Formats: sequence, structure tokens, C-alpha cells
Amino acid sequence: MNPDASTIAAGAPIEVDLSPVAEGQDIKVFWRGKPIYISHRTKKQIDEARGVNVASLPDPETDEARVKSGHDQWLVVIGICTHLGCIPIAHEGNYDGFFCPCHGSQYDSSGRIRQGPAPANLPVPPYQFVSDTKIQIG
Amino acid sequence: MSGPSDYQPSNPALQWIERRLPIFGLMHSSFVAYPTPRNLNYWWTFGAILSFMLGIQILTGVILAMHYTPHADLAFKSVELIVRDVNYGWLLRNMHAVGASMFFVAVYVHMFRGLYYGSYKEPREVLWILGVIIYLLMMATGFMGYVLPWGQMSFWGATVITNLFSAIPYFGESIVTLLWGGYSVGNPTLNRFFSLHYLLPFLIAGVVVLHVWALHVAGQNNPDGVEPKSEKDTVLFTPHATIKDMFGVACFMLLYAWFIFYMPNYLGDADNYIPANPGVTPPHIVPEWYYLPFYAILRSIPNKLAGVIAMFGAIIILCFLPWLDAAKTKSSKYRPLAKQFFWIFVVVCILLGYLGAQPPEGIYVVAGRVLTVCYFAYFLIVLPLLSRIEKPRPVPNSISDAVLAKTGSRSTPMVSTAIVLALAGSLFAGSVDSAKASEGSDQPPGNKWSFSGPFGKFDRGALQRGLKVYKEVCASCHGLSYVAFRNLAEPGGPGYSVAQAAAFASEYKLKDGPNDAGDMFERAGRPADYFPSPFPNEQAARAANGGAAPPDLSLITKARSYKRGFPWFVFDFFSQYQEQGPDYVSAVLQGFDDHVPEGVTIPEGSYYNKYFPGHAIKMPKPLSDGQVTYDDGSPATVAQYAKDVTTFLMWTAEPHMEARKRLGFQVFVFLILFAGLMYFTKKKVWADSH
Ligand code: FES
Repeated sequence: MNPDASTIAAGAPIEVDLSPVAEGQDIKVFWRGKPIYISHRTKKQIDEARGVNVASLPDPETDEARVKSGHDQWLVVIGICTHLGCIPIAHEGNYDGFFCPCHGSQYDSSGRIRQGPAPANLPVPPYQFVSDTKIQIG
Repeated sequence: MSGPSDYQPSNPALQWIERRLPIFGLMHSSFVAYPTPRNLNYWWTFGAILSFMLGIQILTGVILAMHYTPHADLAFKSVELIVRDVNYGWLLRNMHAVGASMFFVAVYVHMFRGLYYGSYKEPREVLWILGVIIYLLMMATGFMGYVLPWGQMSFWGATVITNLFSAIPYFGESIVTLLWGGYSVGNPTLNRFFSLHYLLPFLIAGVVVLHVWALHVAGQNNPDGVEPKSEKDTVLFTPHATIKDMFGVACFMLLYAWFIFYMPNYLGDADNYIPANPGVTPPHIVPEWYYLPFYAILRSIPNKLAGVIAMFGAIIILCFLPWLDAAKTKSSKYRPLAKQFFWIFVVVCILLGYLGAQPPEGIYVVAGRVLTVCYFAYFLIVLPLLSRIEKPRPVPNSISDAVLAKTGSRSTPMVSTAIVLALAGSLFAGSVDSAKASEGSDQPPGNKWSFSGPFGKFDRGALQRGLKVYKEVCASCHGLSYVAFRNLAEPGGPGYSVAQAAAFASEYKLKDGPNDAGDMFERAGRPADYFPSPFPNEQAARAANGGAAPPDLSLITKARSYKRGFPWFVFDFFSQYQEQGPDYVSAVLQGFDDHVPEGVTIPEGSYYNKYFPGHAIKMPKPLSDGQVTYDDGSPATVAQYAKDVTTFLMWTAEPHMEARKRLGFQVFVFLILFAGLMYFTKKKVWADSH
């Protein structure tokens, strides 16, 4: 009952052009049926994400480890709440990040869990920059 | 099913079979000659009611499966087509959907009855555990069935529930992938759920056979909890129990029919009339009502794994009940303390169910935690403790003694009734508070609709005017893709003739093809065509409307609702109020205001609307006075337009509503007569047994 060949083939990597995404905006793309949030973070959001004491987080991870160095303004995360799989809403909640409407989990501007029942940070999908304004997810 | 029988059919052909396969003897000893305690009350008819419901579900389900398409792109539409085009499809669908709820109503009564009368105790432990297994299978079946219509709640319910398994350490993720057959809930998931939804009811039927077998070996428990000792304690299954069960089933069918014919959507969620959309989570996900207590337990625990364990534990714990409650006295009738705690436990379950439907915030979270503790405390602390410290009243010597001494013992329920009333009262008070708190959001005003109530009919004039408003105003942005031109001439609709509908269709130019040369071409509409949509697809609709796609209107009056709150949803059951959708639609059409009240900010490109959630709507004010001319002299005002077009949209959402209510009345007359007949037959049969 595992995924069949065509489902796996349809899950091949995709390329996304980032040039139309202005600072403070984000876009949602679908990869393997999952929504991927790509946010162009503001300076304030980056500072907030780096300012917290990592050890105090429920799922400790530095912001640096969640973005590609040299492209610190870009946050790419899978937009699926790690609690029970709803889609969090961007730019909501108390941490300048994401808010899940289902059971109230809140994520910060680095996609890390800060409050609520979700156990883990929003996962970062495998991706790399092919050029300065283009990424390949997968 | 209890040992060999000496029954011999009189017909030689049957005798021939009987000698080779003693099936008639088996039937006879199980359902005719089987001795049943003579003091059973009506709570014992729920076994028969459950078998009846299982039969109904399998029967309607098999027919529905003949018309259903298990594909992510087609499932939602195929369900709509069953309701609209299949002969009595609306009836089958309502019976099946409501039937699931009724099945759970009956199973909960059946389980609470077992709990109250100690039906799980020695020698009925295996019988009870088989029952818990049936219950678990039912939950799985119900959940997968709810996914099949592929609406928003189907999809997101499936997402949330399958993700429960990801809490399992190490294997969690791979189990979830296995359930999905992909990387997220999608077409493979729908396919396997359909297959399993078809399979599980037959497994249930199999376990039911074991359940009945175990029952007939151990014998039925009874309200006094003393085993039958002599012939005097029992009556024959047929006719005594059979006729009593028939009466019970008839009464239950009255309730069932009330939902099927008058409130088919009362137990469902409006969001499930919106096709599944993997990109948008509905603001408030609620499972079907019968899972709510467990959902509340899940949510009240702030840790994911612990929450999932608690939720499953709440069901599994039932398996250990025979050993948790070691009291010798079976029936709570003779256990003054156990009886009161039982009723408290019932109220705890109901309150948990109420909380499961509330948003997980503030007081609801705290209350959920308290009640979760109460739930487990009942099994883990109260029952084991009671069996040590409680002094039960003496039980009668035999069942016939109990029947003869059927007086007195009516005073003790007072205490538990008082407890129940107090708890219900506090729930009421609490919800009035929360209703006050939410008064900030505007409730749509109620309207008088021609189609409300048990005898409601569509106002033909309003339908025709509404069609005109739709065609001249709404149709430029909104589709009506489930409605065909031929529907306009169908009974219960706007009352056009077939020729008129054909003429109406031919005014439309539709794209068809490709033809023999491989080209697309335009042709006039035919009665079999559906109303054309204004945009080729959702992306185009979004692009043309500033990012918000105008929704298809075919189902809009069923897909929109607003929260009614606690006391109201109880009254609605009796008043058959189910016009939230139409009230909301007509309120939004009239709720535009150029003057934005203070404290509300409306973003660029949106408009203020008093009744739209969040108040910022992308649709500009669609209607203004005098915009559409009416030929029949009705006032050309926004209020009238809104009323007419909403009536029309109610018809598009449920074209067979008049047939439903008409048939409902006939069924009710029949059922009441039938139940009365059963009642008097039962009295006659039992006349010498009391
Ligand atoms: S799914 Fe997001 S909080 Fe539960």
C-alpha cells in the first residue's frame, strides 16, 4: 500500500522563481501535494528569529540552521502543522510567523514552534538555490 | 446458537435439508425457543435496533456504491449527482448519512445500558469485549465513510485523524504514508478508504454473529442482575421478545425518519458542502458528533503523543471494565452509590462532547482537562473503590420475585436527577455567557421562508424571479454548475414547461467539441446542458476578481451557516429550523454599507459587509434598487431581490426538497400507525406474563 510509481514520479523536484516575491511577502507552492511556504522575511523578522535564546525553545534549532547562508532573508518551510497536519496561516499569531487555526499552535518567523500542542518546528524541505532568485525544491 | 436442538421442521423438503445442515434448528433455538428473562425493559430493545441499523446501512450503502465514483476530482460531484439525478437518490443518501448517526445513538444507549446494569460482569466478559471491538470497527467505518463525499470536512478530518498515527515513535511517519498511499491525503487515500469502508461493515456483521453467539451462551443479563433460575423466570424469545423489539424498532424509526425527512443536515457540517481544497484549512475543524468526547480528550492534553494515547486509551479502557469493577452485585439498581456515579459519568461524557465542538481556547481548555480527569477517574478510581466500600441493597431471590415486587424503589433516582439538572443548568449558564461574549459578530436576522417547516414549499413566483436575478446579475461572476436547464422543468422547481426550459437553454451559447475536424465549436444550449460557468477555471476566476474566486452558487445555501450556540441547537431540533444558510445568504446580499463603522479596517479592493465573517468582502455590492425589472409587479427592491434569489438558490441546493417533505409526511403517518399496532400486539402477547 505504499505510494505507486506514478505518485513517486509526480513528486519530482520543482523550480520556483523568487524574483516576484517582495520583502515581507510570501508565496505558497505545492510540492508532493504539500503546501510549501516561501517567505521573504523583513529585517525585523530575521532579528526576532535570531534574538531568542535557542535553548529555551520546545524544539531547539537556530535560525541559521533553518535557512541557507547568504540567503538569510528566505525562509522555506513545509506549511503543515506538526501537530495534526492543518495548514497554518502566515503572518498571524504572536511571533510574527504562523498560526495554526486547528488547535492553536504558534510558530515564529523561523517556523519554529513556540506555543501550543505541536511538538516540532515546521520542517524545512530539501532545497537549494540554483541562482540568486531561483530555488529547486526536492 | 446454543447447542444442538431437537427442532424438526414438518415440511419434508426442509427436513431433508435439516438432516444435512441443521440450520433451521439453529434459527429456532436462537430466535424462537431461546429463553429470555421476563423482566427486560425497553433498554434491551437496542440490540435489535442495532441489528436493524446495520442492515439498513449495508443495504443503502451497497446501492449508493453503484452510483458513487471514488476519485478525488469526481467524488464530490458524484455524490451531488446521486442526490439530484438518481431515483430516490436523496432518500438513499439521507438514510445512509443520518443512519450512521442513528447507529451511534443506538450503540451509545446500548453501551450505557450495559454499564448501568453491569452486563460486562462474569460470565459476560467476552461478550462485552466483542462489543467494544464492534464499537471500534464502527468508529473506523464511520470515519472512512465521512471522507467519501470529499468535502472540506472530509478532507481535513482525514488529514487530522490520519496524522494521529504520526505520534507513534519510530514507525509513525511510515504508517501515515501507508495510510495515505502518497505524500499527503489525496486520490490514493480516497480509493483505499472507499475499499475499506465497503469491507468493514461485513467484518462488523461477522463480529456481531460472535457477539450474539456469546450472548446466547451466557444468556442475557437483566435489570435485576440475577440469573434466571427456573422456567418461571423466562419467556420465549418469539413471540415475546420479538414483538417487543419490533415496537422498539418502530419507535426508533420515528426518530430516524425525523432526521431523514425534516433535518437531514442537522447533524452534518455546512463546510462539507464545499469541495475539498488541500490549500485551505477551514477555520474550525470538528469531527462528526459521535467522536466529539474523544476529540475533546485529545485536545485537552498539550502533548501530542500523550494526547493520542489518552484518546485511544479512553476507548481501550472499556475492555478492562469487567476487572476494574469487581463488585458482585451486577445491576446498579441495587447499588446506591454506583448509580449516582453512573449518571455523573453520563453527564461528563455529554459535556466532553459539547467541549469537543468548541474552539480550543480559554475556559474550554480548562474544562476539557477537568472532565478528562473525571472520565478516567470513573474507571480507574471510582469503580474499583466502590466495589470495595459500597454496601449494595439486597437483590431479589429470583427474577419472578423481582417482577412480583415491582413497587417502591422509585425514590432514589431523585438524587441523580438533581445532579443531572444542576450540571445541565451550569452548562446552560456557561453558554449564555459565551453567547454574550460573541455578540460582537453580527448574527443574520431570521426570515420567513416559504420553504421552511414540515410542509414548506417553494414559492414558484420567487423561484422564477430569483432565476432572473441570477441570470442578469450573479451569473456574470458565479457559476451554477450542478444545475441543468432540464431541472427548470422538473416538479418541485420553478414550474416551467419542458418547452420553456428548452427555449431558455437555447439562449445560451456553449462551447463543444472537438468535432471531426478536431476543432472546438459553439452551439446553442440544450436542456441536458448545465449552466455554463463564467470562468474557465478557478485560477482565471481568481485572476479576474482580485485574488478571491467567486464561489459556485449551486450549493451555497447549504455550504454557508453560522453558529447557533447551545440552547438554540436544542430548540432547532424541535422547531425544524434549518434555514441558517438562506438567512446568511440573504443577509450578506443586503449587508453592504458604504459607511464603515469605527474599529473596522477594510483593505484595498474589499468592501464592508455587516454579516460577512471578518466584514471585508471582495464582492462589490451586487444589487441595487430597480436593477432587475420584474414582470409580475413585485417590488424591484434589494430586499425583494435578495429574498427571491435566495429562494432560488435554496432550490438549486436541494431540488427535491418538496418531495422529501411530502414523502416524510406519508412515512410518519405509516410509522405512527405501525408503532401503535406493535404496541397493542405486544400488550396482548405479554398480557399473561406480567
Ligand atoms: S493541527 Fe495545528 S494545532 Fe493541531
